[in-house]
Amino acid sequence: MAPDVPGAAERAPRPRRNITTAFVVSRIAVLAVAAAILLYAVPPLVAAESWLGLGVLGAATALIGYLYLTPRLVPAKYLVPGTVFLIAFQVVPVVYTVTTAFTNFGDGHRGSKQDAVVAIETGSVRQAPGSPEYALTAALRDGELVFLLVDPDTKQAGLGTAEGLEPLAGARVGVTGKVLSAPGLTVLKAPEAAARAKEISALSVPTPGGAIKANGLSRAVEGRAALVYDAACDCVRGEGGPWTADESQGYFVNAAGDHLAQGWQVGVGLDNFARVLTNPTISGYFAGVFGWNVVFALASVAGTFALGMSVALALHHPRMRGTKIYRIAIVLPYAMPAFAMLMVWRDMFNRDFGLINQLFGLDVDWLGEPLTARLAVILVNLWLGFPYMFLVTTGALQAIPRELTEAASIDGATPWKGFRKVTLPLLLVALTPLLISSFAFNFNNFNAIALTTDGGPFPAENPQVGATDLLITYTFRLAFGAGGAQFGFAAAVSVFIFAIVAIISATAFRRTRKQEEVYA
Amino acid sequence: MSKRALGVAAFASLAFATAACGGSDPAAPSAAPTAGASGSASAPAAAGGTLVIWADPNRVKALKPFADQFGTENGVTVEVKEISKDNQTVFLTASQQGSGPDVMVGAHDWIGNLVQNGAIDPVNLTEEQKSAFSPIAMKAVTFDGQVYGAPYAVENIALIRNTDLAPDAPASIEEMVKTGKKLKDDGKVEEILCLPVAQKGDAFHAYPIFASGGGALFGTTASGDPDPKKVLLGSEGSVKAFGKFKELGEKGDGALKTSITNENYITSFAGKKCAYLISGPWAMTDVKKGGFGYDITPVPSFEDGEPATPFVGVQSFFVASKGKSKTLAQEFVTNYVTNKDVAKALYEADPRPPALAETLEEVKAADPDAGKFMDAGKDGMPMPAIPEMAAIWEPFGIAEAAVVKGGDPAKAAAAAQKAIDGALKN
Repeated sequence: MAPDVPGAAERAPRPRRNITTAFVVSRIAVLAVAAAILLYAVPPLVAAESWLGLGVLGAATALIGYLYLTPRLVPAKYLVPGTVFLIAFQVVPVVYTVTTAFTNFGDGHRGSKQDAVVAIETGSVRQAPGSPEYALTAALRDGELVFLLVDPDTKQAGLGTAEGLEPLAGARVGVTGKVLSAPGLTVLKAPEAAARAKEISALSVPTPGGAIKANGLSRAVEGRAALVYDAACDCVRGEGGPWTADESQGYFVNAAGDHLAQGWQVGVGLDNFARVLTNPTISGYFAGVFGWNVVFALASVAGTFALGMSVALALHHPRMRGTKIYRIAIVLPYAMPAFAMLMVWRDMFNRDFGLINQLFGLDVDWLGEPLTARLAVILVNLWLGFPYMFLVTTGALQAIPRELTEAASIDGATPWKGFRKVTLPLLLVALTPLLISSFAFNFNNFNAIALTTDGGPFPAENPQVGATDLLITYTFRLAFGAGGAQFGFAAAVSVFIFAIVAIISATAFRRTRKQEEVYA
Repeated sequence: MSKRALGVAAFASLAFATAACGGSDPAAPSAAPTAGASGSASAPAAAGGTLVIWADPNRVKALKPFADQFGTENGVTVEVKEISKDNQTVFLTASQQGSGPDVMVGAHDWIGNLVQNGAIDPVNLTEEQKSAFSPIAMKAVTFDGQVYGAPYAVENIALIRNTDLAPDAPASIEEMVKTGKKLKDDGKVEEILCLPVAQKGDAFHAYPIFASGGGALFGTTASGDPDPKKVLLGSEGSVKAFGKFKELGEKGDGALKTSITNENYITSFAGKKCAYLISGPWAMTDVKKGGFGYDITPVPSFEDGEPATPFVGVQSFFVASKGKSKTLAQEFVTNYVTNKDVAKALYEADPRPPALAETLEEVKAADPDAGKFMDAGKDGMPMPAIPEMAAIWEPFGIAEAAVVKGGDPAKAAAAAQKAIDGALKN
């Protein structure tokens, strides 16, 4: 850039904007990527008949194309990418979670009613009693797919079509018991048959007792569905039925109150939210779990910040030598995968085999007693979290002019007083938002608990709430442990937890603003 | 400079952004590409289609040659994909979106949940094929009167004993504890028994002892299946069984300890820290590394107790309901993997006793361990496949850990019963 500057300055009518190569290239690249994504995404969207998705895609591409082709609307060029990110990674997931909270989405209710009907019917097909296991050969009759079926007991060959089963004359049956050739028919070889797999599975040969369907490429069986859906009554007829569709629960239920295993997803209104509020196991232990949750989050933030800041201050001292090596060493825990480290810590706390007891000659059941387990998870979280605080504090310290602390010491302040009255307040102005977000993170720090104590230890009389359970681990157990996965319920719980964290954070931010007014 | 940075940022953000815009319709994007692929695959007649198999890492290598052979014979492309974590959940989610496999490999106790989610189809085996499998394997894959999977390996836990330290198989749990204690007092071992309890219990490993103590999980329905409406964890027999755990636990004999976990129990045994290990075929690789004599016998029962029946798990092949090539999947599962060469190869890749009786006999000759495990499990209980079993594991485990630490058996059993009934809305 530098050599261009004098030349550009000499030219009298300076252009409004510099059109550099990089600028043109980046603009072309953006448009090319937008176009490429459009071309890539259109065929599948059309195939899936997702017109809404197609509309959104088209509109977004058109908007981006217009925006980056027009010389005007400069602010929008900067704002649009951020906005799109916000929509994609914040708004859409939140909206999706909230809408899920109003459904019974979960195990047994994953798909649509149509899926459930198909699954019920297929699952109820049983081989007709006493019917043969036919050896199957797929063949073509004037281009139409037919089944050549051989009864393994009688060696009789038959021709199965969509009309029914009829005897097949003149067929040559091989040693494998399958038809090798028959007059007027083209027998399909294995690869040819495999290529028509869809047609083969669709062909159903009606028989008096049910229907013969292919079972793979070489066998066919006569089966009968014990349960059949009847659209007229919106019910499933057959064994134990009729099973009437109950749209409020997403199940087919019978008069005895039983339901078929396969259900479908329905809206349940506020049921999931009501369950969170009225479920005695949730409301009964909420206060205790919430209290510990707050303690855990506060202790994690305060501990990591105190330790991280102390180390940062020590390394910030002008007479400190070898700071680079120290910094690398300190950042190491942060650079290692927390997932693995948490499990290593869990094993180190083992009473008989753990490193900690062996090292200190103790016999403490760290993760087996409520108090020590709580202490242990806070310690582990401290170890994992302080390098982050060290990093951000080091950054913030660089921004505080040394003259300020020097001036304070000239004015007669002790180092401690200088820190209390000058450095810390200035640090907090910069770091409070980070501390608040760290609190929000630790409030929902699922991994720190799930991978160490998994909520335990549990008292004998209550297997549902452990001493180190956070709201998130506790509700995770309720939503995914016992009744399989209950996504709808889990979504409702996360809406509540979101509300709690949002309220705490909003209050804290408001207080920060006041603090900034004082020091800024 | 800043403009270039802006350009790069904009480039990257747009790439994501546009993709995300397309994603605002939840089901569409993931389902669509596969739909397009299968549509185009039927056009060239030579390529018969694609069969997609999902399996865990151990199985992938063993399956590959057979999958390729199947592909060549039928003129289709066979893809074997490795799924290493949360296989059942991944399979369910992918199936729902239409991007799942045609054939899934998994444990038989998934069946209940897979069926209620409409994720698998019944498998039609001939009478001849059915009789080739060991009876317990067939019983395990039968759910609600229908066969839902082709079994290939049977696994259960047994008592593995260091014969250098304890030459004779114990006749009862009491005898085992006595020998173990003596060895511990003599300083030959550090622990009486290596059985994982951990802080949250381990229902799978605890079950034989629980059953021998008189405990039960479910009542049975008229057809002999576990009845989810009758949870028996709080029953008198179960309280008695939890009482036995307390006697064996930290405040009693010290044979059961929460410090023995799934991470350390096998290595402790291999490191000669205990003379007895209760584990399954998966432990054998480590046990053999220990370099001492060992023997495998059924888990002993209490002197006056019920039989110590272990859970039996059966690894199976499932046909996915929402697969794109169901005919091929049926062909593969019913007619291909049920053959004994495949069973043998799978055994060699990961030595778990084969479900095919004939292959088991063959394997037994070269590897007596497989036969011993099979014998230990022949009266075992197939792990309940009903979806309600999910509600049992954790409360059972917590109750077990609580009594092992010295908690009150009656209270722990009642609390577990209450938690399970609450979850199942009984």
